[in-house]
Amino acid sequence: MKEKNLPETFIQPGGGGVLGSLAECWRYRELMYFLAWRDVKVRYKQTLFGMGWAVLQPLVSMVVFTLVFQRVAGIQTGSVPYPIWNFAALLPWLLFQGSLEKASGSIVLERGLVTKFYCPRLLIPLSKVVSCLVDFGVSFFIFLGMLLVYVILGKMDLGWDQLLCGLALLPLCVLFAVLSALSVGVWLAALTAKYRDFRYIVPFMVRIWMFLSPVAYPASQLVEKLPKGFGWLYTLNPMISVIEGFRWAFLGETDMALGQVVPSATAVLLLLLGGLHYFRHMERVFADIL
Amino acid sequence: MDEYSIRVENLGKQYRIGETGEAVGSIRESLLTLPRKAWHGARAILSGQTPGAGDQLFWALKDVSFEVRPGEVIGILGRNGAGKSTLLKILSRITEPTEGKAYIRGRVGALLEIATGFDPELTGRENIFLSGAILGMKKAEIQAKFDQIVAFAELEKFLDTPVKRYSSGMYVRLGFAVAAHLEPEVLLVDEVLAVGDATFKEKCLGKMSEVGEGGRTVLFVSHNLNAISTLTRKALVLDRGKLIQFGDTSSALATYRMLWTKGGGSEFVDESKTDGIRRARVSTSEEDQIHRFGESLTFEFEIAFSEKPGTGALSIRIVDEQARPVVHFCLFDTEMPWSREGVTRLRCVLPKPRLYMGRYTVTAELSDRASLQKLETLDGLCPFEVVMDGIFKEGGWSPNACAYLETVDWEVL
Repeated sequence: MKEKNLPETFIQPGGGGVLGSLAECWRYRELMYFLAWRDVKVRYKQTLFGMGWAVLQPLVSMVVFTLVFQRVAGIQTGSVPYPIWNFAALLPWLLFQGSLEKASGSIVLERGLVTKFYCPRLLIPLSKVVSCLVDFGVSFFIFLGMLLVYVILGKMDLGWDQLLCGLALLPLCVLFAVLSALSVGVWLAALTAKYRDFRYIVPFMVRIWMFLSPVAYPASQLVEKLPKGFGWLYTLNPMISVIEGFRWAFLGETDMALGQVVPSATAVLLLLLGGLHYFRHMERVFADIL
Repeated sequence: MDEYSIRVENLGKQYRIGETGEAVGSIRESLLTLPRKAWHGARAILSGQTPGAGDQLFWALKDVSFEVRPGEVIGILGRNGAGKSTLLKILSRITEPTEGKAYIRGRVGALLEIATGFDPELTGRENIFLSGAILGMKKAEIQAKFDQIVAFAELEKFLDTPVKRYSSGMYVRLGFAVAAHLEPEVLLVDEVLAVGDATFKEKCLGKMSEVGEGGRTVLFVSHNLNAISTLTRKALVLDRGKLIQFGDTSSALATYRMLWTKGGGSEFVDESKTDGIRRARVSTSEEDQIHRFGESLTFEFEIAFSEKPGTGALSIRIVDEQARPVVHFCLFDTEMPWSREGVTRLRCVLPKPRLYMGRYTVTAELSDRASLQKLETLDGLCPFEVVMDGIFKEGGWSPNACAYLETVDWEVL
């Protein structure tokens, strides 16, 4: 034999657990970047605006939210102007929404890949999340630009220390948003492969989820109005921690207690663990049911 | 023996097939069955089963064991549905086996379909990287081989064109070029040589034998018997999920040919059926399913329905040895009422079939046009062989010259 250390593959029914498949994803990480790179390229190919869409989508949402929630509903946001206050929530929200939606549909969308090639299946939803991070990166620079404009115009105060604090906390916020999206997305990716019904459920679910998250209004305003004893249920929504955390990091403005992170982070971790197991259980038959 | 490249032990794969398949009805009909479906679905989810109780199980692969040594090139033979693709899918880890084990030493490269890893929007250049990565190459590896790949595909001029603007031939060439430059220790190749024009096919076959000589282990499925016999020294034959022979190529080919003439029997009979095709037989001009070119050929079918279907349709295909349907004809209830409750016998005469010499089988498909339901598909029925005995041609007849022979009138002007 020419080489001694050939990698050995062992195939058997039900082989390998979640840890093994995570380790394999790490070995295949180059393919994950390739798939994400492909998604980003294709997403803006043959469009007039190209990457401009990554900028335009949050900007237009922000304008609409400002018109409806500030002008019409009259929501107060303290010393921070509503548009930037809202944009600070839209950034992590759109990252979450994009990751969740794309991860959920990923297995069905990549049918050709799943039925004709081998890669750790988990790589497919992961690559979708990575591609959403690229969009997030682009709109993050718009956010920085907006901050600069508001500070120059004298509409808000923002010290260097606040900005540095924001940049330092950014990776944490992003990680939390991405894990939250994956904790649900991994479940849905596997479920959608088997029951196509979930294709219709996901957009609907995401829309409701947005209204249950403090994107357009401060978290405190909803909590006040919940029936007594239901507040804890609301704190299970990880996007409250993510959005309020993001606002706090960059704008120094929040009405959420730090302790609220604990229940939602626990919920995300449990959901993610369950999701990874379910996905691992289901990926065996992906190629047969797609 | 320790020195193996692939070792397969009692491998089996079970599939579930729906009894009726997915019925495509009206919206109103779907709405009416919705509560029942929802109830069954919810019950299935809760008990962790796939919806669709009463599905049939069948073994696409069963008790398959063999061992391949490093550097061997093995052909896989078998008729449609024999389990060839399932075997490759299990070995490439696309799907998991239901039982049994397999060990593979070395990196595995699987080429089950050409160019499916492509994205139509991306350019040729970008797709080389993408599909290389999907096939398991590292970026550095692809970069190192980039020029070779482009030269092999002969697509230098179109590298920066999105592949959706490529002709299908260009698409296939690029797909094969990337795959051909994979260098795993174990290469699994499904029927992919059947595409592209003749010169490119030649080139692909050349590349394949190069791969084999390079000391790599290759398992390869093909209906192209010439390719199997030139590229491989050993072959395995699968039939209905079972490994029936593993040995040198010439005897494997003989076994495979036997499957075509004897395996299905001269007549298909299943009188226990109350629904579907109970009987199918062919009457050839000579004995032992030998048919002389140009003579009339007769098929007979016996079909049973336990209740009258909406509009029955019987579709018949004559399929050649390379699994290509060569002739197709149908009988709809609308043109001649025949689908009724009970047993119906049908006879179909081809007065002057123009099938060229070779071995053929029949695929019969019974469906209901009204509900668009496929009721039954049977293949490998009525094997027969067409011979050119007694028909003179200067220089004789060579096999595989064509699939269909036409009578023509020549004139010197």
